[in-house]
Amino acid sequence: MQRIGVFVCHCGSNIAATVDVKKVVEIVKNEPGVVHAEDYQYMCSEAGQALIAKAIAEKNLTGIVVCSCSPRMHEATFRKAAERAGLNPYMVEIANIREHCSWIHKNIEEATEKAVILARAAIAKVNLNAPLKAGESRVTKRALVIGGGIAGIQTALDIADAGYEVDIVEKTPSIGGRMSQLDKTFPTLDCSACILTPKMVEAAAHEKITIYTYSEVEKVSGFVGDFTVDIRKKARSVDMDKCTGCGVCQEKCPSKKTPSEFNRGLGNRSAIYTPFAQAIPNVPVIDRDACLKFKTGKCGVCAKVCQAGAIDYEQKDEIVTEKYGAIVVATGFDTIKLDNYDEYAYNQSKDVITSLELERVMNAAGPTKGHLERLSDGKHPKEIVFIQCVGSRCSDDRGKPYCSKICCMYTAKHAMLIRDKYPDVNVTVFYIDVRTPGKNFDEFYRRAVEDYGVNYIKGQVGKVAPQPDGSLLVQGVDLLDNKQILKKADMVVLATAIEPDPSVRKIATMLTASIDTNNFLTESHAKLRPVESPTAGVFLSGVCQGPKDIPETVAQAGAAAVKAIGLLAKDKLLTNPCTAKPDELLCNGCSACANVCPYGAITYEVKLINDHGIREERRVAQVNNALCQGCGACTVTCPSGAMDLQGFSNRQIIAEVDAICR
Amino acid sequence: MSFDKTKKQAEMIREISGVNPYKCMKCGKCSASCPSFNEMDIKPHQFVSYVLNDDIEALANSKSLWKCLSCFACIERCPRDVKPGKLIDAARQLVVRERDGDYLSADQIPEKLDPELPQQLLVSAFRRYRR
Repeated sequence: MQRIGVFVCHCGSNIAATVDVKKVVEIVKNEPGVVHAEDYQYMCSEAGQALIAKAIAEKNLTGIVVCSCSPRMHEATFRKAAERAGLNPYMVEIANIREHCSWIHKNIEEATEKAVILARAAIAKVNLNAPLKAGESRVTKRALVIGGGIAGIQTALDIADAGYEVDIVEKTPSIGGRMSQLDKTFPTLDCSACILTPKMVEAAAHEKITIYTYSEVEKVSGFVGDFTVDIRKKARSVDMDKCTGCGVCQEKCPSKKTPSEFNRGLGNRSAIYTPFAQAIPNVPVIDRDACLKFKTGKCGVCAKVCQAGAIDYEQKDEIVTEKYGAIVVATGFDTIKLDNYDEYAYNQSKDVITSLELERVMNAAGPTKGHLERLSDGKHPKEIVFIQCVGSRCSDDRGKPYCSKICCMYTAKHAMLIRDKYPDVNVTVFYIDVRTPGKNFDEFYRRAVEDYGVNYIKGQVGKVAPQPDGSLLVQGVDLLDNKQILKKADMVVLATAIEPDPSVRKIATMLTASIDTNNFLTESHAKLRPVESPTAGVFLSGVCQGPKDIPETVAQAGAAAVKAIGLLAKDKLLTNPCTAKPDELLCNGCSACANVCPYGAITYEVKLINDHGIREERRVAQVNNALCQGCGACTVTCPSGAMDLQGFSNRQIIAEVDAICR
Repeated sequence: MSFDKTKKQAEMIREISGVNPYKCMKCGKCSASCPSFNEMDIKPHQFVSYVLNDDIEALANSKSLWKCLSCFACIERCPRDVKPGKLIDAARQLVVRERDGDYLSADQIPEKLDPELPQQLLVSAFRRYRR
């Protein structure tokens, strides 16, 4: 028989205001196995933990139940406290009387009754608990960073500077990401390339960093500390070792009509290309869908002009398999498609562009060489209208419910830069709210208004109508003036909502990392563990976790690196001892469990079994404890009830249900 | 109008329209989209706050009620699913019901036809005044 102590926490007034904690203590004292029960204001505090330790020692407790908050919050805290007091940590059970009880009920009597029931269930379980011992697993001292934008680069540099090997996998031909497409950056207006390219070079030159560009993660197996990842290096058709990056092939390539992804389709590129001049690596790839050699078999100009003999039409995709201890996701974002926003005429007029397209227009290396001009006729615009919140803050099915966070600031930046360079251009911004929290951010926006004369109008635009004379008629509203506004514009710029890069879904599935309804990766705890995925060993960096600007991305990238380093610095990890365990006498060798196991932890072995005196060879399930994550899929699948989860055995769970139904 | 009555009317408008006016973020896209904006005394985006403030009498007596073309631009474009056009429609129905079923019949139409009249108006008139 166990000797159980029950500790009921008030959680200040969080629990005590809705649950009569004294009454819970009185009632559970009579439960089988309970030899001690008490309540305290904050059980998780040092004083509360001391109470637990004292009771364990004085009453010779063999198991404890803490009635408190969710085990996600403090199970680890109480397990450690029990362990320090000499109790096996797996003899601790949590009855969640906060999230599951006090927070969701109003009636004290009912809430108290429920708290007692939840405590009873936990007590019934502890009565059947057995001490468990955590095993150990090794840590591969190498990190994988998925995505080579500013988030991925910064995370990789920080991990590498700490002395660990890092691989960056980037799906496009160059690292740099969205930041490389930007012209200037707020709030200091430094040129994006000037601050990004040195970091790109540093990453490429770092002896601890390996960069796989034009590559994608194809398969992930294993678990924290010991992931095995297949990386597909797509055929570049150019030998990376031989190519000198002279660029002659791109000049001579006769197929020059492919829309440039880097320029957001505003200009064309050749079939053999590097996305931009400062690309890293400075080795082009052949776009086989556009290349005449691949399409018709005729051409081969690039191979003829390449002095280094680097062109290789026969190159094949290559799979690299590597082991990692930690994985950081830094897959970034894209702007949403505007097909559902016909009222803004994006698909009807070349002079209606997104803000990211404007970045390319304003950039000296962009399609207009940095000259502000209408993309329809090349004319200099006199009136530019910016529309905020296009697809952001929408609760309909056309847009995104969240605020994209960066648009207010980059629009102020665009407006200011245009007014600065072209004082003859009138700039109007239609806004719903101007959101500029951040260091020197609101000052930045006010500068646009006060020093640069940007005309901010509170009110959304209803419609943009292309006119026969080539202008755009903008119909908006000034809510403060209560007037409808009709404005002729030469260009309209849409602050288009951002969304996680679509590739993140596949990656999240491979990593078993959870994503929310907007495809942002979920943090382990929104406030206290913001850069960790709930999946152990997977960390989050940049916009894949939520909208953020460059300063925030860099800060978060560093935080993700620190978490990864903290993991890589360990030689061994304690494994979860709550793993599956087959009863070989009951197992009928059907393989049902092995088929459902998501971790490949179950194998079969032919063994000599002594079944109550009958000796025979049987095919029975075996669980690899290092691989098993304790998900329990096998236990519910097993038709003969042979599979059990340690710490959550069928008997224990039935005992809990019985206690609840009593 | 008594307090209870206006309260009840505001509830009716919410019920008829199926709109939750609390979802409005006051972006003004409805007013920006409205072709009758200049004819209206209460602007489309203001309808929301009138309903929220239970000020139905003002709505019922407004010119806007009869200036709305039911073109649905505001309903199509509202990013928050508030759809002020539905509120206007509901307020109108409330008034029409109070007037004891002043409905339109098909044979009354030809004499009312005006060549300048947008066809959409006919359709919306039927929606408004016929069961």
